[in-house]
Amino acid sequence: MEEVNKGCEDCAFYNAAELKKLGISVENADYVIALAGNPNTGKSTVFNALTGLRQHTGNWAGKTVTRAEGGFKYNDKRYKLIDLPGTYSLLSTSEDEEVARNTILFGRPDVTVVVADASRLERNLNLVLQVLEITDKAVLCLNLMDEAKRHGIEIDDRTLAKDLGIPVVVTSARSNEGIPELIQTISQVASGEIVCKPHRIKSLPKKVEQAVQSLSKKLSGLYPELPNTRWIAMRLLDGDQQILSAIKSGDFISSGNGQ
Amino acid sequence: MDNKSGQIDELISQASELRWKIGSDYHDKLTEGIYADAASITQRAEIRKDNSASYNFDRMLDKVLTSRTFGFPIMGLILSIILWLTIQGANYPSSMLDSLLLGTVYPFLKDLSSQLGIVWWIDGLLLDGIYMAVAWVIAVMLPPMAIFFPLFTLLEDFGYLPRVAFNLDGLFKKSGAHGKQALTMSMGWGCNAAGVVATRIIDSPRERLIAIITNNFSLCNGRWPTQILIATIFIGALVPAGWSGLVSTTAVIGIAFLGIFFTFFTSWFLSRTMLKGEVSTFTLELPPYRPPRLWKTIYTSLIDRTIIVLWRAIVFAAPAGAVIWLISNIDISGHSIAYYSINFLDEFGFLIGLNGVILLAYVVAIPANEIVIPTVLMLTVAHFGISNFGAGDGVMFELDSETQTAEILQTGGWTLLTGINLMLFSLLHNPCSTTIFTIYKETKSWKWTTVATILPIIMGIVVCFLVAQLYRILM
Repeated sequence: MEEVNKGCEDCAFYNAAELKKLGISVENADYVIALAGNPNTGKSTVFNALTGLRQHTGNWAGKTVTRAEGGFKYNDKRYKLIDLPGTYSLLSTSEDEEVARNTILFGRPDVTVVVADASRLERNLNLVLQVLEITDKAVLCLNLMDEAKRHGIEIDDRTLAKDLGIPVVVTSARSNEGIPELIQTISQVASGEIVCKPHRIKSLPKKVEQAVQSLSKKLSGLYPELPNTRWIAMRLLDGDQQILSAIKSGDFISSGNGQ
Repeated sequence: MDNKSGQIDELISQASELRWKIGSDYHDKLTEGIYADAASITQRAEIRKDNSASYNFDRMLDKVLTSRTFGFPIMGLILSIILWLTIQGANYPSSMLDSLLLGTVYPFLKDLSSQLGIVWWIDGLLLDGIYMAVAWVIAVMLPPMAIFFPLFTLLEDFGYLPRVAFNLDGLFKKSGAHGKQALTMSMGWGCNAAGVVATRIIDSPRERLIAIITNNFSLCNGRWPTQILIATIFIGALVPAGWSGLVSTTAVIGIAFLGIFFTFFTSWFLSRTMLKGEVSTFTLELPPYRPPRLWKTIYTSLIDRTIIVLWRAIVFAAPAGAVIWLISNIDISGHSIAYYSINFLDEFGFLIGLNGVILLAYVVAIPANEIVIPTVLMLTVAHFGISNFGAGDGVMFELDSETQTAEILQTGGWTLLTGINLMLFSLLHNPCSTTIFTIYKETKSWKWTTVATILPIIMGIVVCFLVAQLYRILM
């Protein structure tokens, strides 16, 4: 009997029973989790599944226009979850992309979960790769797996995880499939049990790569605790005014979470 | 520290130097690099089987729903079916709630208060004013909302809304507005305040303002019951009884489409006067069709939308009920405040084919559109001294049948013109106070809030005036 119980304790499903959905009470969170992703990939559905909230979901791009927050408790730790507006990239100046970008960059969540549409992997990866430039601690939630199967698409999540250097969890959030595993993975990344080695963009022209590296080096010298100097260097090369003023004011340091 | 700020300056100047060196196509190169990486990773991880049957089904459905020939008729048909189901389906539960809240609970409360010996004016203010207003709003609003919102949400879940946006995109572009305005417009059919918040999906501030200002032309949930009731009494009554349901539904749909026309017209007008500028392009993703989860959708749209909107309506209806009771019961040299106001507004009301009672009702009903009709009835009864109905001055009530309502309105001097113009004015007047407040919160500008408030009233007055003159010449 004892053996069986032991087996259970390692199992994600068993532990997910310890999940307590906290709704909107998010005070005193141990970890802050950001939820990013392309529009209409089911971010809000994942958000609702985790928090027990019923944020309105709908089948159209751009439904979530504000930053929604919620919480859950898992294995005695409290998690605060931020649902970001859906974006295709983090490089433009539109309002929703700025909200998403600033939350990941300045809010420094403990884990960033990128929700991706399994049947549109390539396009979704564009955002994933950008997120991985900003943060080290990320989880890819490969959602809408049921739909992808319907379209005859299968994804080798192990290869994907290896290539991206972050954990990949396969879900069908609408029917709650894979949510327990997602929660467990989030907690493992948050606690440092899983260490990510995120993919960095490789296919850059040499001239660009050199410029990025030399700026990035200078930045690390100035702000040794910054995890994402490469990305900030890329933004500087793009002439991002917000990043420029943040560097001048030192915003990266002061608003860091848990630093 | 000085050393550090010096280093920062150096860093920034180095960055701008490097920017020059790399050249202006840096952004493109970066994007290309990301795309190339994404493509190679995908290639390794993805296995595509040749199983395109379901994909083809989506394609076929898209071809029909967004077709040049069928797109618009199908849209009209779907909207008509939803409205028809709402109108027909709400009748029975509405009258049940009505007989419960007004026929059973109200007399019981009255009885209780007289037994407790509560002062007449407290009793009047609380029961005849506030309770009546709240009871009316629940009886009239809850059933249609409980039908309309789930139906609309099912459609949304299925993935139809982006197709509507796709169909309307060309028209919006021609009127100088953003194609995504189609989405915010359809949200407005539920609630204008929600529609205004939804305009955040539009990036360009110019086009967003257009979407905010014109959202009021989407007949909202608070106005559907007014449209339905007046259409039944004045337009449905023109044809034999068997046809009246269909004819009044058509009339209401006509008003809804007129609203869409005004959305385009006002967008066109604004983009050529106050809000000149280029139309911005955008990518609209047509999501896959997904089988809606029936029970979950019904549950969440009941809890999230219906109850929240209803609660808002109750919060606003309660003080309005108190105001109605007060202006009907506070007398100044022999007549109530309502009496003076109605007489003051009557002449202008006549000019635009309405009357003083309706105009006063619209002033009182600024907080919530849904109480316009009960206010009109109550004021009419009080003003024309009709004695068979109601429970006294300033008591809001609903009548058992449409015939009775018609009788009252005809005693109050109502004609077909008054009915038509009330429907038009209900479409074209200021947004409710919640929406006005939301507009201010979203735009942070008194100027645009004022424009959004005043513009529809001016249009309403002009349209009603023209219709009145035309009617009087022809009839």
